[in-house]
Amino acid sequence: MAADGTLVAGVPASASTGRANGLQRFARRRSTIAFLMTLPLIALIGGLVVYPAGYAMWLSTLNRRMTANIGLGNFELLLENDTFRAVIWQSCIFAVGAVVLKALIGFWLAHMLHHIPAKGQRKWRGMLLVPWVIPPALSTLGWWWMFDPSYSSINWLLSIFAVPAVPWLGEPWWARLSVIMVNVWYGSPFFMIMYLAALKSVPDQLYEAAAIDGATGWQGLRYVTLPMMQNIISITVLFSLIVTFANYDIVRVLTNGGPRDLTQVFASYAFQVGILSGNLPRGAAVSLFMFPVLAVFAFFILRGINRRNKEQM
Amino acid sequence: MAVKGMTRRGALRAGAGVVAAGALGAPMVHAQGTGGSLRVAFWDHWVPTGNDAMRALVKDWSEKNRVDVTLDFINTTGNQLQLAGAAQAQSKSGHDIISLAPWDVGTYANVLEPVDDVINRLIAKYGPINQVAEYLAKRDGAWRGVPAVSGTQNKPACVRFDLMQEHAGLDVRAMWPASGEAGPGADQWTWDTFLTAAEKCHKAGYSFGLPLGAFSDAVDWVGALFLSYGASMMDEKGKVTVRGNQKLRTVIEYAVRLSKALPNDVWAWDDASNNRALISGRSALVFNPPSAWAVAKRDQPQVAEKCWTIPMPAGPEGRFLAYLPWTSGIWNFGRNKTAAKALLEFLSERSSAEALTSKTSGYDIPPFASMSDFKIWETEGPPTGTVYNYPLKPHHKAKPSIAFAPAPGEFAAQMYVQALNTKVIARVAQGGDTVDQALGWLERELNTIVRGG
Repeated sequence: MAADGTLVAGVPASASTGRANGLQRFARRRSTIAFLMTLPLIALIGGLVVYPAGYAMWLSTLNRRMTANIGLGNFELLLENDTFRAVIWQSCIFAVGAVVLKALIGFWLAHMLHHIPAKGQRKWRGMLLVPWVIPPALSTLGWWWMFDPSYSSINWLLSIFAVPAVPWLGEPWWARLSVIMVNVWYGSPFFMIMYLAALKSVPDQLYEAAAIDGATGWQGLRYVTLPMMQNIISITVLFSLIVTFANYDIVRVLTNGGPRDLTQVFASYAFQVGILSGNLPRGAAVSLFMFPVLAVFAFFILRGINRRNKEQM
Repeated sequence: MAVKGMTRRGALRAGAGVVAAGALGAPMVHAQGTGGSLRVAFWDHWVPTGNDAMRALVKDWSEKNRVDVTLDFINTTGNQLQLAGAAQAQSKSGHDIISLAPWDVGTYANVLEPVDDVINRLIAKYGPINQVAEYLAKRDGAWRGVPAVSGTQNKPACVRFDLMQEHAGLDVRAMWPASGEAGPGADQWTWDTFLTAAEKCHKAGYSFGLPLGAFSDAVDWVGALFLSYGASMMDEKGKVTVRGNQKLRTVIEYAVRLSKALPNDVWAWDDASNNRALISGRSALVFNPPSAWAVAKRDQPQVAEKCWTIPMPAGPEGRFLAYLPWTSGIWNFGRNKTAAKALLEFLSERSSAEALTSKTSGYDIPPFASMSDFKIWETEGPPTGTVYNYPLKPHHKAKPSIAFAPAPGEFAAQMYVQALNTKVIARVAQGGDTVDQALGWLERELNTIVRGG
């Protein structure tokens, strides 16, 4: 085996001409092999990510009939529209509210689990992951039954304690809260499992050293745990923020964007405008609206992670 | 490692084996057709027997015409059928015939085959076609689809006659009997009478089950209400007609008053909520096809036997009936358009329409007024004749309607899907806007739709 890791043995004598040697050298180059091996992945990303994204961008520049290019006209129209401006605001409330709650609950659950003895931990971990493994459209349907405007089982339980019925899906703020609650219920286990993995990777010696220095539990959390988990927290928050901004099924099943479009988020509104109303270009513009914002956000978070990694090396 | 070479003879042998295996495993074709093949996607019917009726008709036709037909039933849960239509129109491949939701005919008009020849023959045979079906399926003077029987529905009032009699003093069976004429008091069946009855039933704990969310049941009944007050938001040329529109203001004020006599959660109701309100015995009236009654017949027979279908109330500008049609379209990239047209024409024949309607307990509404006399609507029960007034009959003195007509289809589709009529009511009744503020919002929304083209 050569120093670069490529096989050199068994070269047939017939391939010893200059041209063949050149081709063989090219084929044996580490970069060529690496490229060939990643080609399936590149093709996959090209076909399933780059092409659809490019097509959506192109679509968003067309008029409704898709017969003329109107540049950023769809975005201009959207920004002038009351409903769409409300959708931006609601999507931010939904995504930021849900991600913050998921992060806090996930962090708390991870700590609880981390301190359970290993023997019983697996059982609890499995149970807490259940919401995350059920398809969200299905679990949201279960929630919808519990929030049903007329026959809510939660309201029935509340009535036992003489608590008046809550209009879970009928009043705007209750409806928004319901949508966030279901998203938090579904997404917290993901944070929990990521944070648990991060917690397990923090060396015990750091806590021992902190304890010798007289650090309190809070100080241990503030100066040992959080800095050690910083990268995982950043990645998880970024990933979840992107996924939550793109969430569709929970709103669609639970409220269909109502009442009065006040729970509508980018994805559900894009579907309404693009597919149901037959205005594909404007639907594409709605779905692409957050792309630049999230891209900038992702750039800074990932740069921060890279910097921290370099500092630690 | 030595590689064994393959001879030409060996390759031929292997190829023959593959061909033989393929032939043995090929699916059997059922019509030994010389008329080609067809791939059809029809709407998956709510009524369980609806698909069987369609399957039997298509089988009969395919055998007679020696055309192999692959029949798929795609449901509308999660908008699967609409998504299939959108994908096929974009990729220009898929089925030959596809069921199209009301506004999709206009959306995909440029990739749908004109079917004027079929429609003209049907009109010559059965008389005028439903004007809403024409409004939806005709683009630039050409029919782009054949109005379907399967799945097409009216949404008249399904009334608990006992509760209406007891709490509102209205004998709806006497007003609208199961015969070809209106009874005493039918001319008083107006939106004003309706409001009084709604308030009385609400007080008695049997509120009318009228959704006011963004689903089609809500948009449809509110659309008929608006039209019966002559209130339109956009004219047929696409001009927004909100500013200074007194009729629009009047109907919004009426709807806000009516909403106070409805359950307080109607803003979140979907298309099943009103059915449940009737079936559970909590509601004295819903606007719906007979599906709510049919489910009650199965699950709550004591409720079903007290239901009676009557026309929608009349307003200052007449009586309108909410109508929601399906249309069968033929893609212009389809492979067998001649056979596709022949099949759709066959399915629109009176005998086929009656077979479909009868098998669905009267649910399906044919697009021809001359077909509003099928026996099933007289005999279905209990009580017998409960759906007699489900199809639009001449003595109802009503017109079929769809919300936002006569606005140009491409705009009306967006207004319909965005449920602008129920939202403008909700902004006042639930959101606390003044009527002026709500109308201002409505005008801005409509202008955005128009500007987008």
